[in-house]
Amino acid sequence: MNWIGESLHGAVALATAGDARLWAIIFLSLQVSLTAVALAAVAGCLAGAAVAVGRFPGRRLAIVLLNAAMGLPPVVVGLVVYLLLSRAGPLGSMGLLFTPGAMVIAQFLLIAPIIAALSRQVIEDAWREYEEQLRSLGVSGPGAALTLIWDTRFSLVTVLLAGLGRAMAEVGAVMIVGGNIDGVTRVMTTAIALETSKGDLPLALALGLILLAIVLGLNGLAYAVREWSVRRYG
Amino acid sequence: MAESDELVRLIGLQFEGRGHRALDGIDTVLPRKRVAILGPNGAGKSVLLRVMHGLLKPSAGVVAWAHVNTHAPRVAMVFQRPVLLRRSVEDNVIYALRQSARHRHEPAARLRDRAQLALAGVGLAHLSGRPGRVLSGGEQQRVALARAWSLEPDVLLLDEPTASLDPGATRAVEGIIHEIAASGVAIVLVTHHRGIAKRFAEHIVFMDRGRIAEESVAPQFFSAPASEPARAYLEGDLA
Repeated sequence: MNWIGESLHGAVALATAGDARLWAIIFLSLQVSLTAVALAAVAGCLAGAAVAVGRFPGRRLAIVLLNAAMGLPPVVVGLVVYLLLSRAGPLGSMGLLFTPGAMVIAQFLLIAPIIAALSRQVIEDAWREYEEQLRSLGVSGPGAALTLIWDTRFSLVTVLLAGLGRAMAEVGAVMIVGGNIDGVTRVMTTAIALETSKGDLPLALALGLILLAIVLGLNGLAYAVREWSVRRYG
Repeated sequence: MAESDELVRLIGLQFEGRGHRALDGIDTVLPRKRVAILGPNGAGKSVLLRVMHGLLKPSAGVVAWAHVNTHAPRVAMVFQRPVLLRRSVEDNVIYALRQSARHRHEPAARLRDRAQLALAGVGLAHLSGRPGRVLSGGEQQRVALARAWSLEPDVLLLDEPTASLDPGATRAVEGIIHEIAASGVAIVLVTHHRGIAKRFAEHIVFMDRGRIAEESVAPQFFSAPASEPARAYLEGDLA
């Protein structure tokens, strides 16, 4: 049991010492995941709102597919993105493989369906409440969708957080398309996997603790925003 | 009835939803007066109002509004349960104005003035900066009336606007409805509240089971209802 204590001690020392290598990994993780979440937020919320408000043939199938896509296996997504971006692939000329850009694409593909499916549910619930009122004002279609996105913004923060949680915790896809290259594409999850396999438990634990702290902090922030918004806006 | 006195012609209206015929052949010409639609639960009053506004498409029949000064009348509607957006009271009114073809191109300051005027009309100008959804039910209904009034409608459809309110809020809303009517807006009011109908309406449409059971001027309806369902309703035997 002593090695756990020693590892924890080393982890805290690393986390508090401002180790440049550690902070580079954390910074890249946040950069990749936040970029993917920002892109997925735009695409996912718009798609979710369109399905929530729209009435079109195949809508039910679209909902089933969106819900099913929430469970996309990361390694499969990683493999598909790898094939697309590899030199022989259709997008190989872009030279994105083994870059943070490829990792953003993989994470985007993983979390956009999550954000779309969850925001669809949030917005559809609101649409049930608002529909008659908005239609009586002559608002429907895209106008209604944008109004509902704005009006459910505080609930959608929680949805985005679910996406961010998935992105930050993801390892399989970014390992495949990023390659876990030190100083280039090494993020917290891939570093934890690597350092654990190498036996460098203090660094792995330090990264794990920081990852947990970030996720906890973001969840706390989202909870506070939601509580404040309910008190402020009803 | 002279054509200029007509508000709307309802011709052979039917509405069927979920296997239930909510409107079963509505044929009438509503006058440009204060109209109240009364009737027991499930009579089809609210469905009729929604069909008149275009929120529901009738299974059969036509709603033909009489033109006002050569243009089709602007019709606004207020519901039993007001739905305000998660923004300030003033912004709720401005949102409605921005959706209206008549006002959407006006500058922001002009829209704000209109919103303030409408809110002053319902006695809520002092709450214009408050979030709409934290107001009381009565205040929210007054905002909903201000929102509808700000659109300068020719016709205002009111679906049980006082049904969820306490007596104080009911009196306030009733007063506003009288003011809106006095400003020249034609009002069609669906209500369960016989007192409000008696004080407000000049013309009564009494519905039962998706049909018009009786239609007459208000004093005559309340003093000598002609149909058995209307008599039972006024005596409290039909809820």
